[in-house]
Amino acid sequence: MDGARPTSETTPRWAEEDGGTRVPYWVFQREDVRRLETDKVFHGPCWNYLCLECELVAPGDFVAVHVGETPVIVTRDADGQFYAFENRCAHRGSLLALEDRGNVKDFTCVYHAWTHSLQGDLVGIAFKDGIKGCGGIAEGFDMSKYGPRKLRVQTVEGMIFGSFDEDVDDLEDYLGEELIGRIARVFNGRTPVVLARFTQILPNNWKLYVENTKDSYHASILHTFFTTFELNRLSQKGGIIVSEEGGCHVSYSMIDRDAEEKKKNASLYSEQKIRSDKDIALQDTSMLQGFKEFPDDITLQILTVFPNFVLQQIQNSLAVRRVQPTATDSTQLHWTYFGFEEDTPEERKIRLKQANLVGPGGYVSMEDGCIGGFVQRATATASGERAVLAMGGYDIGSGNDRITEASIRGFWTEYRARTGL
Amino acid sequence: MRDYVQTAATAARIAEAQARYVHTIDDGNCVEWPEFFVDDCFYMVTTADNFAQNLEAGIIWLDSKAMLHDRILSLFEANVYERHSYRHMIGQPFITSIEGDEVECESSFMVARITREGPTMLFATGRYIDRWRLTDEQALIVKRIVVLDSGYIDTLLGFPL
Repeated sequence: MDGARPTSETTPRWAEEDGGTRVPYWVFQREDVRRLETDKVFHGPCWNYLCLECELVAPGDFVAVHVGETPVIVTRDADGQFYAFENRCAHRGSLLALEDRGNVKDFTCVYHAWTHSLQGDLVGIAFKDGIKGCGGIAEGFDMSKYGPRKLRVQTVEGMIFGSFDEDVDDLEDYLGEELIGRIARVFNGRTPVVLARFTQILPNNWKLYVENTKDSYHASILHTFFTTFELNRLSQKGGIIVSEEGGCHVSYSMIDRDAEEKKKNASLYSEQKIRSDKDIALQDTSMLQGFKEFPDDITLQILTVFPNFVLQQIQNSLAVRRVQPTATDSTQLHWTYFGFEEDTPEERKIRLKQANLVGPGGYVSMEDGCIGGFVQRATATASGERAVLAMGGYDIGSGNDRITEASIRGFWTEYRARTGL
Repeated sequence: MRDYVQTAATAARIAEAQARYVHTIDDGNCVEWPEFFVDDCFYMVTTADNFAQNLEAGIIWLDSKAMLHDRILSLFEANVYERHSYRHMIGQPFITSIEGDEVECESSFMVARITREGPTMLFATGRYIDRWRLTDEQALIVKRIVVLDSGYIDTLLGFPL
């Protein structure tokens, strides 16, 4: 693996008292940590985001994704239910699906034509009875005892999640009422439709990206698009919600109507949307003219589910992001932009324009593509040094401001509890 | 024969304009990139998969020359990234239709990325699916859909393709 540094034989000790406040850089570098994460996080009692229900409409529809580094197939069978299982032949381990998506009646391995149902059961073996009485599978071979590992599957608001652990809490309990409310707020009973998919390759450990998505503190500092052009600088208020275990969060900001009104009354506020300096004014501000989509005044909501999921609302730009580690220092970020069947043509156009804000080339997200790599490179020989997360104190509680690192501390708290690190 | 001459002459004009396009982005003043487009142009970067499935959103989706201008302005004034540059190689335009002064064509491209730490790497390949407007004075792009062959974008996409 490129960029891997030789690691000492035993996993270093992470001081208990560091909690979620001090994070040693070796957690972003070590192969043994990567293996532990496969076991305890991605294959552990966690819910991993798989895909949207609207990507599996007809019986036989499938998508091929990854849970952690494990290739997984998600299907809809004739019973209308969703299933997920490893993308691995029961026989000698070849990939079963060789496309990202499609419609099939079963999965027949290209290697020796062993056939698997849409639910991941081994149902057929080529030349099972041999030819002319010669060869064939061993007597008494029981197909039901062989097969790719299956995931438990549950859905919330049109999104499909899977877990390798049968004993995982129900998705509803895992997410909690508050998070589900925030997810439902975005979908609001509508029918999602995929607008595009892109994959961004991040030159860093997956957890550096997860930290970034939970980091409401960096937003206005690293991403200067809005501040540079002084766009829509309506007063904002907001806050964060951190789940009980710490690993899931919501960060949001909204128009502060009271502050707006006060400013207007005091005549301290100009209606001007762009800088007076003409040289750096945007010429076409139509991108920022959104439509009223939600009953509240929330213009930005970033929601994460431990370990691999982000749901984004930035104005009218909606997307889900799936985080997939590929090496200790490499991550794939799978973006799915979506709108709704109910969108009017005008609303759809606004979504397409506002998609410029996000993704691999987005005005307010392109920086996130390189920032994790800066950390990965800078800390290459600083394995024993530790990052510090002290903004907003040391706890992991929810709060009404965004200049806090509480949700990142929350992530590490849950991560440590699950991995035992 | 007459068609061939017309097509060849058209291709030569577009090839010349694309040579200037590349020079402007890679070696000249990138701020002038929008000048290759008409005022009500359309410019989009997408992937072959999305394009084949008629998925309408782009990595970049701009429907006016003013938005192209804003894109460049943001790259220089607002966005944060490590110093890097692109090197474009554009193939000969394949003319697919000529109607009056509007020409549709496709051109393959390869783009290498040059970064501060590390060697030049292949960043993107794909094709431009274009509509040009050719007048006696100018060759301008009305519509350019940049279709990336791969759905994977390394780190970030900054400068124009």
